[in-house]
Amino acid sequence: MNEANQKMSADDIEALLPWYAAGTLDAREADQVEAALAADAELARHLDLVREEMGEAILLNEALGVPSGRVMENLFKAIDKERRIARGPAAGHGLGGWLMDLFTPRAFAFAAGAAVVLITLQAGVIAKLMLQDRIGEPGSSPFETQSVPPAATRGIDIGSFALVRFAPQANMGDVTRFLDARGAVIVEGPRPGGPGGMYRVRVARTYVGKEELERLVREFQSSNLVSMAVPTE
Amino acid sequence: MSANLSTSDEVLIGRIAQGDRLAMQVLFARHQVRVYRFVLRLVGNQAVAEDLISEVFLDVWRQADRFEGRSAVSTWLLAIARFKALSLMRRKPDEELDEETAGAIEDRSDDPEVSVQKKDKSVALRKCLQALSPEHREVIDLVYYHEKSVQEVAQIVGIPEATVKTRMFYARKRLSELLKTAGIDRGWP
Repeated sequence: MNEANQKMSADDIEALLPWYAAGTLDAREADQVEAALAADAELARHLDLVREEMGEAILLNEALGVPSGRVMENLFKAIDKERRIARGPAAGHGLGGWLMDLFTPRAFAFAAGAAVVLITLQAGVIAKLMLQDRIGEPGSSPFETQSVPPAATRGIDIGSFALVRFAPQANMGDVTRFLDARGAVIVEGPRPGGPGGMYRVRVARTYVGKEELERLVREFQSSNLVSMAVPTE
Repeated sequence: MSANLSTSDEVLIGRIAQGDRLAMQVLFARHQVRVYRFVLRLVGNQAVAEDLISEVFLDVWRQADRFEGRSAVSTWLLAIARFKALSLMRRKPDEELDEETAGAIEDRSDDPEVSVQKKDKSVALRKCLQALSPEHREVIDLVYYHEKSVQEVAQIVGIPEATVKTRMFYARKRLSELLKTAGIDRGWP
């Protein structure tokens, strides 16, 4: 490899730092970046700059808020309308007959019973789908994922919090010990849509103020189990 | 540490293709916030963004059977959302769009110098991020917030992977320039 190629390689690695920090490089690229970081203190400083940018970009996006319930309502109205059109009136029966059938006492009783069964089944399916989001085997993890209803974590709304992305190589046991040692607990996450999800972590049981929170976050950030940590509300 | 959400998303899409309304609810609950924030950054209006994400997920309902699994579901969603948002913006008069965009997306009322006066580097950094061009801000958000790989950004934005890397580099370079103007020299690039 000549000198020009070496320089190009360094540029390529520099360009990959944002994806390295986000945990979205493949293993081969991540290994190359890590090797370069180990050998180049200036590159490591650049990675700190990237992490600063990433933390603020995340906070900016989090501040954009959430959509109102109107969206889901409109969406499923449209979906139900399409389903009705696709099904059409019952074959050979007509809409009038279908409506009459609906209001016979036997049909009414059957419909009520079916609704109970359906609701029960749906609850089961939702629970199953939600469990698929859990990390590791059921019962093996103290963490709760994004699928856990907010009500489940309301009891620990008080305290000081950080958004944390754990390093791809971090395993469940290490993270559990790391959090336990600091009295920290994951209260929400991972946020959907990414391979290296963000977790909302309660880092202190009480509100500790900005400076102390930043110190706690720096402590998280200094661990090799954490790829990024930023204060949050 | 990560939960393998992509597999679950693909399973949901398979169920949605068979008309499973419940799977649609789960997929919607899982992705609506991120898609909304992505669209809101593009169109700059909450009501418009909400209407658009309804359309995005309605498209998913209609086209789930065409999903080939060549990208993550979240990438597919963002690509649909981006296409719809840009189509809408092209239909709107330029003046109206510019006005809304300036007012709701790129809040430039407080320039970087003001942030420095506050002596808060984080605030200055956020202000400078907001001052980036929509093109630069988009790639920054996709990489840092939506956690998209080079390939995924290329799929969403519709540009070559090499251009994704170059655009991200210049977005960060511009960010450093804005910070320098504001009195914060990061020593890079």
